[in-house]
Amino acid sequence: MIDVDKWEEIFSTIGRHKLRTALTAFGVFWGIFMLVLLLGAGNGLGNGISNTFRDDAINSIWLWRGKTSMAYAGFKEGRQIKFDNSDYDYLQEQFKDVESITGRFYLGGDKNVTYSNTTVSYPVRGVNPGHKLLMNSIITEGRYISDKDVDQNTKVAVIGKTVKENLFKDEEAIGKQINIGGIVYTVVGIFRDPGSEWDMRVIFIPISTAQTLYAGTDEIHQIMFTGGDLSSDEMMQLEKDILLALAEKKGFDPNDKQAVGSWNMAQEYQQFLSLLFAINSIVWLVGFFSIISGVIGVSNIMLIIVKERTKEIGIRKALGATPKSIVSMILQESVFLTAIAGYLGMVCGIGILFLLSGVETEFFRTPQVNFGVISVATLILVISGALAGLIPALKAAKINPVLAMKE
Amino acid sequence: MIKLTNIHKSYSTEFTNLHVLKGIDLHIKQGEFVSIMGSSGSGKSTLLNILGILDGYDEGEYYLNGNLIKNNSQVEAAGYRNNLIGFVFQSFNLLGFKTAKENVALPLYYQKVPRKERQERALEYLEQVGLREWADHFPNQMSGGQQQRVAIARALISNPKVLLADEPTGALDSKTSEDVMNIFKEVNDQGITIIIVTHEQEVAEKTNRIIRVSDGNIISTDVKQNSHI
Repeated sequence: MIDVDKWEEIFSTIGRHKLRTALTAFGVFWGIFMLVLLLGAGNGLGNGISNTFRDDAINSIWLWRGKTSMAYAGFKEGRQIKFDNSDYDYLQEQFKDVESITGRFYLGGDKNVTYSNTTVSYPVRGVNPGHKLLMNSIITEGRYISDKDVDQNTKVAVIGKTVKENLFKDEEAIGKQINIGGIVYTVVGIFRDPGSEWDMRVIFIPISTAQTLYAGTDEIHQIMFTGGDLSSDEMMQLEKDILLALAEKKGFDPNDKQAVGSWNMAQEYQQFLSLLFAINSIVWLVGFFSIISGVIGVSNIMLIIVKERTKEIGIRKALGATPKSIVSMILQESVFLTAIAGYLGMVCGIGILFLLSGVETEFFRTPQVNFGVISVATLILVISGALAGLIPALKAAKINPVLAMKE
Repeated sequence: MIKLTNIHKSYSTEFTNLHVLKGIDLHIKQGEFVSIMGSSGSGKSTLLNILGILDGYDEGEYYLNGNLIKNNSQVEAAGYRNNLIGFVFQSFNLLGFKTAKENVALPLYYQKVPRKERQERALEYLEQVGLREWADHFPNQMSGGQQQRVAIARALISNPKVLLADEPTGALDSKTSEDVMNIFKEVNDQGITIIIVTHEQEVAEKTNRIIRVSDGNIISTDVKQNSHI
């Protein structure tokens, strides 16, 4: 049941001390408001970085050609290490259990690509079927490069969404012929990429076709692995094993870091995770202190309130107020004030996050906040405000009315 | 109504032990109009505080309306104060942020009397002290005499057996003091026991019995007719 009189008392006290009320309320409001913004910003930062990683497979190892920096097995240092199809076959055989492997062959510069009367230049790459997993490409129509394409040097092309839109507009593209640098290919698939626009301007053809038709070689420019759901420790080990296997095959010093370049996404991701952890820790630390400062503010004000009302409490006691009624009068006021202010802080904070929810940049996107966490924080503030008020209130309730009235 | 037997009270600090009341025996019957006189430090205020259960005592026995008042809990004390005793203070002690009517109604709030009834009874008691038209005024809009009359209405609203007044005219001029004393007289005529602590002879002489306190002892309990120094 709502005690009208008690609420009337509370509103009249609050009304009598507008500045004090405003300051207390603002302290609580600000604490919760900042906490919401901080947590939201932390999450936004995390979301942003997670999103950049969504572009390519999180667990990938990239290998590229290098020059030896150490003499080994009768070879002098400075020897160029190159990859070719036999290296690819060898690694594929050695690391059968790994999720996927792909080679990549670059056609130098962009190629002019023609369909009907339209000609545009695009980057063209020769790849193996495993490349789809590496890039996280999503096939929207048709299919990707297959093993059969690579075995038989077929002249098929998988084109990015942008290429399709530029060349074919609304026309059906699958099964149509396009001319890439003078050679005619059949379009077999269209892909979308979760990463940038740029990634969707690329055309993929079978690596074998690229090697033979444009360069007459069996050279491979890059070899990449994806590790599926391997842990980052397992990925680090895999990278070492791959380099060791290559050192044996190509005959370079296993300790030579220059012979083959390598880059492990798992390591990067690990760093990102620890960065995120650090950001979150700081956010929580700052949030914690903003809550603490709110609590201290409320406690201070409660002390002052009780001090100021000593005489009033004495009069009430002389008129028959029980200690319980005194304590509950003071506590209700404090709880009411902190709850309202905390709630407002929460609403404003979430409102601002809502306004920012459209923001999508590389490092910051869709800031959000766990409603449960914020509710608990508000509750903590309200409870500690009550506890802070409780001690002086209990003291006030024990006061000798005669002494209190003499104040 | 009130029976004190051999009441002792000391205030001890770290260095001194101040023996304020040194064995008070006092009997006040229902419906008496009594004043307690004494110089400052005589113990008269302490005596009034004990009578009002605002303060405890060390030794002896205090019966109020047949109840032994000793080592009561805060809640019990609050209950006695609320139901048996009405207070009037020198400095009125009205709550400044409440209107006259709200001030008068306050004791009923602690008796859990419904709101509407509180308002009605408050107006009734304001009427009795002649301040009905002032019901919605705040204390700082009223004269000292008016404020004290509001305080008396407040003390009476809970229908107490005893009205305790601590220097009720101490802050008032002599004309206003007389008005206030007349109200006390009317209240006493209704059968309510009234005990007034004062150092003013004129005030004391308006009561039916004067109890003189000196150095922690009652030195005389004259009845009005032969009370002259």
